[in-house]
Amino acid sequence: MKRARLSKIKEPVIENLFLLFALTSIIILALIVVFLFKEGLPIFGKVSIKDFLFGKYWYPTYDPPEFGILPLIAASILVTLLASVIAVPLGVLSAVYISEIAGRRIQEILKPIIELLASLPSVVIGFFGMVVLAPFLQDVFDIATGLNGLNASLMLALMSVPTISSISEDAIHSVPRELREASLALGATKWETISRVVIPASLSGICTAAILGMSRAIGETMVVLMVAGGAAAIPESIFDPCRPMPASIAAEMAEAPFRSYHYHALFATGVVLFVMTLLFNVIADCVSHKYKQVGTATL
Amino acid sequence: MSNNIKMATENMSFYYGDFRAIDNITLGFRENYVTALIGPSGCGKSTYIRTLNRMNDIIPGTRVEGKVLLDGENIYASSVDVVEIRKRVGMVFQKPNPFPKTIFNDVAYGLRLKGIKNRSELQDRVEASLKAAAIWDEVKDRLNKSALSLSGGQQQRLCIARALAIEPEVLLMDEPASALDPIATQKIEELITELKKNYTIIIVTHNMQQAARVSDITAFFYMGKLIEVNTTEKMFTRPSKKQTEDYITGRFG
Repeated sequence: MKRARLSKIKEPVIENLFLLFALTSIIILALIVVFLFKEGLPIFGKVSIKDFLFGKYWYPTYDPPEFGILPLIAASILVTLLASVIAVPLGVLSAVYISEIAGRRIQEILKPIIELLASLPSVVIGFFGMVVLAPFLQDVFDIATGLNGLNASLMLALMSVPTISSISEDAIHSVPRELREASLALGATKWETISRVVIPASLSGICTAAILGMSRAIGETMVVLMVAGGAAAIPESIFDPCRPMPASIAAEMAEAPFRSYHYHALFATGVVLFVMTLLFNVIADCVSHKYKQVGTATL
Repeated sequence: MSNNIKMATENMSFYYGDFRAIDNITLGFRENYVTALIGPSGCGKSTYIRTLNRMNDIIPGTRVEGKVLLDGENIYASSVDVVEIRKRVGMVFQKPNPFPKTIFNDVAYGLRLKGIKNRSELQDRVEASLKAAAIWDEVKDRLNKSALSLSGGQQQRLCIARALAIEPEVLLMDEPASALDPIATQKIEELITELKKNYTIIIVTHNMQQAARVSDITAFFYMGKLIEVNTTEKMFTRPSKKQTEDYITGRFG
């Protein structure tokens, strides 16, 4: 009897404790968002939202200062798009190779290596971009500096390949074996089966992978800080040095006087970045739900 | 019906690694006959039927010994293109497995693989296949709906239509009704009887009444061996082997 009474108290306590743990990260996230907006919004007392987002000049320390972040947004979009143009095919095709074509031995070697890429600290990748890739690009394309949008894109691509590859692989892996057998039994070759059945059936997962890879690239700070070149001007080509939003925030935050307009402008840049990554994640979520595979025949 | 042997295995054994799942089976299938393969779970009947269109090729670590003949030609010969064999020997699986495509595209899949692109030809052949599989009336108004929206029995008949669309010579059915309710099962059985006019049918079944109802010839498998093969009528009335009798009378299995 006593035991039963005890568990009557114990059970809800434990349940609520776990609820608290689960809520912790949500509460912290909410606090960060509130803080971000609170520190970012005051800049709009100085410049309008339109001038902030579409202003072409980012001269936060001039007198009078200019707070147009279009060059930063353009740089972010440029490196993210270019990085995904490189990383999406690479990631998806390596996922197809690993899960559909490679033998078990190759699979067991390749998979951990690609996942190891994800565990490389971004500062190490940045170093590689600075010391190895930059001089190489400078020589090959005969340009003024190897620290530019192309370099940043390549390094970001390198960082997003593991994300894209492993999520795509999960998606491809979840295509039921019965569908592959059905296709093969109808006289399809392996390649026809992959391209006409397996990839279409896992397309939603592959799209999710691509979008999450992009959101990884757009939020990445250290690499772009080190190799993008840092020029706060709208890049006219992929060989121009540029300054994506995270790089700008990281580079300038230490110098911006507390609660100055510059400080608020950097927070507002953070808000823009946050909204963009949020958008990517929402889109990824919608895509994966909308085209969710219903599985094999359900009876 | 003819007495032509359409397909046969000669001293065929099949291995999963070191395990011999099929032990030296010699068996012929007559053209336009329905041959039923029966036997308890794990007796190798599904493995056996999957060697007839080389479906086991995709399982790593397996190998075949002996011959599997289609019109007298060994389909495991090195000169043979497995893709061609699978076009000639169609298969319907235990679990309905339509593609997550529209009903039309599901049936047209095999036709497109054959290189047929002409829209009206595709339409004609899809319609003919759906009619042959006795499902046309149920789906003709919703060919552009997802195949997954159909019921289990309809999905299975769709899979039969899909297999028929590429005009195979032999149709393999691996327990095609085991996942279906009795009414859907009855439809599939009627269909099998109808289809044998044009196809050589080999069906694996767990259900002995089903074997008795649909087949002309029945082969009894046990522990990877062929125990007895006979006309279905004789098999179920006067089996010649004690093991067969024990199995069909329900003493084991």
